[in-house]
Amino acid sequence: MTIRIENLSVTFDGFQALKSVSIAVGKGESFGLVGESGSGKSTLLRAVAGLAPVSGGTIEVSGERLSGGRRSRAFRRAVQMVFQDPYASLHPRQTVDRQLLEPLAIHRIGDGERRILKALDEVGLGPSFRFRYPHQLSGGQRQRVAIARALIVEPEILLLDEPTSALDASVQAEVLNLLEEVRGRHGLTYVMVSHDLGVVTHMCGRLAVMKGGEVVETLSAADLAGSRVVSDYTRRLMVASKGFSREAVSG
Amino acid sequence: MTPLLTVGNLSVTYPTRTGVVEAVRGISFELGRERLGIVGESGSGKSQTGRAIMGLTPPPGIVRADALSFSGVDLLKAGASTWRDMRGSRMAMILQDPKFSLNPVLTIGRQITETLRHHENVSKREARRRALDMLEAVQIADPERVFGLYPHEVSGGMGQRAMIAMMLVCGPELLIADEPTSALDVTVQLEVLGILDRLVRDNGMGLIFISHDLRLVSSFCDRVLVMYAGRIVEELATADLSKATHPYTRGLLDCTPKIGESRHPLPVLERRKEWAA
Repeated sequence: MTIRIENLSVTFDGFQALKSVSIAVGKGESFGLVGESGSGKSTLLRAVAGLAPVSGGTIEVSGERLSGGRRSRAFRRAVQMVFQDPYASLHPRQTVDRQLLEPLAIHRIGDGERRILKALDEVGLGPSFRFRYPHQLSGGQRQRVAIARALIVEPEILLLDEPTSALDASVQAEVLNLLEEVRGRHGLTYVMVSHDLGVVTHMCGRLAVMKGGEVVETLSAADLAGSRVVSDYTRRLMVASKGFSREAVSG
Repeated sequence: MTPLLTVGNLSVTYPTRTGVVEAVRGISFELGRERLGIVGESGSGKSQTGRAIMGLTPPPGIVRADALSFSGVDLLKAGASTWRDMRGSRMAMILQDPKFSLNPVLTIGRQITETLRHHENVSKREARRRALDMLEAVQIADPERVFGLYPHEVSGGMGQRAMIAMMLVCGPELLIADEPTSALDVTVQLEVLGILDRLVRDNGMGLIFISHDLRLVSSFCDRVLVMYAGRIVEELATADLSKATHPYTRGLLDCTPKIGESRHPLPVLERRKEWAA
């Protein structure tokens, strides 16, 4: 499945969140979107999922032209999203089992019992987690449930919106490893939003740097690692991601 | 020279239905006029330590210590009015997310002057002038405008600067910063840390910087305490960070992906029961 976005604009009540953005993601690729809050990186992801008011341009997924917020049932199954905050994206009064059953029911997929156990096993949670509520899980375990919920319908594309930024650095490593492992096993295409350059270069082959609703620069992770960047903004992000230093602040 | 803050065998416990939860289990350290980092994962007790020092352990939590004193004041014996006089004027705390820790129904200016008017006998006009000066010191470009804004009208970075201004306006001797930049963008994070760094240095404060990000803390502080399961497992000068010996510290250092490194999969932190013992 390929994603091709051309001249996409998104407008919220007169505010242009995306200004004519174009990106292309190949099948099986892992593509990163980096930027600060308000740069439009999450909006871009949500526009693909049909969750943002598109005001111009085109989105094509596997040659299928998408219009407005309407998506086919096949698309809704093939494209799944994982959100930033696992504390907010799971239903607080439903057990893990119930939350994993929901997508199966929506897509009329049978064999729930086996699929739920398989999905839990896949994300490294044993069957003992099946009948727990979200408040009985840690942040990392919750994000694993959110990933299991996305994987259970056997998607081809995962849209990851800051999947680890609400987690501790140590738990982040575990979730990133899980995401990589899953991608390798199922040949998934990832589009991953993050504000952390280190995370994006670790996970993605190519990335787009966004600022103020526009793509500043599209480059490969290897170019970024080798500091072969064109824009000043990307360079500033790189300095910032190295951590605090007195020189960086004064300079 | 006597230390600014002495913590001896501090423990914080919470009685629950299923037994007593020990959030902090007997930690001791001293703080001079220096920058000390406390690092650990969620649940390691780092925030509980900060809160206990500020006397902000929520009930039914119980704080016990052999010694807990702040520039000559025995905090264990402090009553409510002593605490009220100390907090905000001599010791202050910056919290993680300005969205949740500022009062949403008061303007930023009002919240800063409130601190001043409570602790010092100043006129309204004087308080306003000092609040504006302080907003300027945290590099807010248009202090007059921000003074009259409500917290929801400013960005996260701006809100965090306003909180720093609020906490530093009375010139405290000790500042506890609990994840002060985790809710901010990386570039804003640097600016806020720069401001904090300058103010702490110029005013000669003691700083306790609490965070889960060991690299960030080590780039900012002089000394780091690494906490695991309510205990200090290692104490290091940041210059010696690369010589850290405890496997937990090493794990914390290794687990973050960095630009220009290819490690697949990332090393995952080990957690052993005996470290908690």
